[in-house]
Amino acid sequence: MVSSMLLSDLPSGRAATIERVEGKAAVDTIAARLRDLGFVSGEPVRVVARGLIGADPLVVQIGFTRFALRRTEAARVIVQLEAA
Amino acid sequence: MNMSIPVQRFPEHVALVGNPNCGKTALFNLLTGSRQKVANYAGVTVERKEGRCLVAPQRSIRILDLPGAYSLAATSLDEAITRDVCFGKLQGEARPDLIICVLDATNLRLHLRFALELRQLGLPIIVALNMMDAAARRGILIDIEKLEQALGMPVVQTVAVKRGGASDLLQMLGGAMPIPPAALGGDIDLHAEVRKILSSAVIVPRRTGAIDDAIDRWALHPIWGLVLLATVMFLMFQAVFSWAAPFMDGIKSLIQWIGLSLSSALPPGPLRSLLVEGIIAGVGGVLVFLPQILFLFLFILALEESGYLPRAAYLLDKLMVGAGLTGRSFIPLLSGFACAIPGIMATRTIQNERDRLVTILVTPLMTCSARLPVYALLIGAFIPRRTVFDIFNLQGVVLFALYFAGVASALVVAWVMKYLRRDRTEHALLLELPSYRIPHPRDIAIGLWERASIFVRRVGTIILSLTVLLWFLSSYPAAPADAIGPAIDYSFAGRIGHALQAVFAPIGFNWQICIALIPGLAAREVAVSSMATVYALSAASENAAAELAPIIASQWSLATALSLLAWYVFAPQCLSTLAVIRRETASWRTMLLAAAYLFALAYAASFITYQVASRWS
Repeated sequence: MVSSMLLSDLPSGRAATIERVEGKAAVDTIAARLRDLGFVSGEPVRVVARGLIGADPLVVQIGFTRFALRRTEAARVIVQLEAA
Repeated sequence: MNMSIPVQRFPEHVALVGNPNCGKTALFNLLTGSRQKVANYAGVTVERKEGRCLVAPQRSIRILDLPGAYSLAATSLDEAITRDVCFGKLQGEARPDLIICVLDATNLRLHLRFALELRQLGLPIIVALNMMDAAARRGILIDIEKLEQALGMPVVQTVAVKRGGASDLLQMLGGAMPIPPAALGGDIDLHAEVRKILSSAVIVPRRTGAIDDAIDRWALHPIWGLVLLATVMFLMFQAVFSWAAPFMDGIKSLIQWIGLSLSSALPPGPLRSLLVEGIIAGVGGVLVFLPQILFLFLFILALEESGYLPRAAYLLDKLMVGAGLTGRSFIPLLSGFACAIPGIMATRTIQNERDRLVTILVTPLMTCSARLPVYALLIGAFIPRRTVFDIFNLQGVVLFALYFAGVASALVVAWVMKYLRRDRTEHALLLELPSYRIPHPRDIAIGLWERASIFVRRVGTIILSLTVLLWFLSSYPAAPADAIGPAIDYSFAGRIGHALQAVFAPIGFNWQICIALIPGLAAREVAVSSMATVYALSAASENAAAELAPIIASQWSLATALSLLAWYVFAPQCLSTLAVIRRETASWRTMLLAAAYLFALAYAASFITYQVASRWS
């Protein structure tokens, strides 16, 4: 059983796979940029660190790269938890 | 005729293109050395770096270092410039005839996609597989032949931080132009292509560097990360203020020596006065800060090259966003503690125009080092050297409070601007945290040289002309022969000072302070020597401040002194800062807005301080 969740809610260190990136509007440059940076279906992803206040922003490992994303940015990414 | 022989073309005008953090600028430095020209693209504040590179004896080519970009679908001004130059659509900029696409060999999952995207340009492309040394250390194996085949472009290996690390690339640049790769169909999924290439041509034992993981466990920790950041900042300020001091003293003595030699060499008159009291005193007063600025930039460059600065921006982002700024505002604000001018210039790294504007507007609130002489004079004269709470020195506490007032007001001002503005679109942080690297001395040296020359050029142009203007205002008309008061009292500046007194009386400034404020417009600390002039002291004397302190201590009320301190926290005193704001934003309106709000804040703060202090004491 696979469960989908938002990247912004993914617990730190848990391995997950990206399902899709959802834009907030018809033209969402942030969503488009996330896809360019490698946030695409099937890509493994992991939350590396979270900020002190409100767990915002978060640091995400995607491909060989680390990115700092704000929660609102990470909330555009839907991930699937890998079976523990 | 020889029509049948195909004409071999050689590259002449080459552009370096690549993702941010691919080591592109290090490669540019290696290829061009000191043969670089740094300017701006026409009409925008994006830095344009061009250099010449010797590819064969007697043959050099032009190399353009384009701003880092993740994609041709641009989301920032930098990326738009790169896109437009690549397509040959930027006005006044010739289209390059060859692209060098720089890839970080340790970060191919991200960087290969951009290389594939560049195929649509139809230009010949050479792929420079950079940081091969780091890739080898991490056990990453790359089959170059297979990679060339899959990409459809020639691939060379480079190590930008090693002497001779670009020899293969140079050899290829000296030869004939490679064939442009065929464009990929518009419906091809570039990410799928990248995965295919990675699985056939690259072996990666581990997705992350073990060192990065180990450092980031601490550096990105919600609590220890902030402790580390505070420690780094504290050490940096200690170093900037203590290491720069002997150099600043040296420059100061040199300027005094030049002034004295000129004074004795020239007959008294307007020319001597212009040179000695105008230009040398004014420009020298700004040049004195060069050592501090260089030390500060040395640290900022080292932190930037090492990969730590984006992490600092991440750690502070929440706080900055709460105040209406962005994590990226951190670097400009930090530089503002040495001098607002390099701080405002450093805002170029902020991609969003609005975030950049707010950062520019609040940077002058950081306590720059030119305020220190004024603070030192007033605190020394009015604040008793007393111990409070058993451990703190009251004078030190007041100085800290003044620094704190600057930072706090910057956050409040940014917050108010965020509240007032109507545009509420979201801008992304989306910040890459690159692998840690040991900074290379050559790259730091070139970076320092660039910044120092920008600062010196600024001093030589804007600041020089303002200085001459203020000298004129303070020297003419000359005092009559039978004058009893100080000469400046009779000048335009003196008259303006007296006229201004009506405006400044409610905040407790006497006419002497009002006059001193005018030459203080050139550089804040000049107000101290002007005050000495007004109080009929010899301003050239070594310790004008030491002689001045007892005089003002006996003549001013405590309320006036506190009010002047409050004034200096906010006042838009230094015209050079305003000139740089005008230049960086290309807008008189923004500059006037900055001047007006700083003036209003200064007046309000001084008014409250004066009224409260005179009632209370």
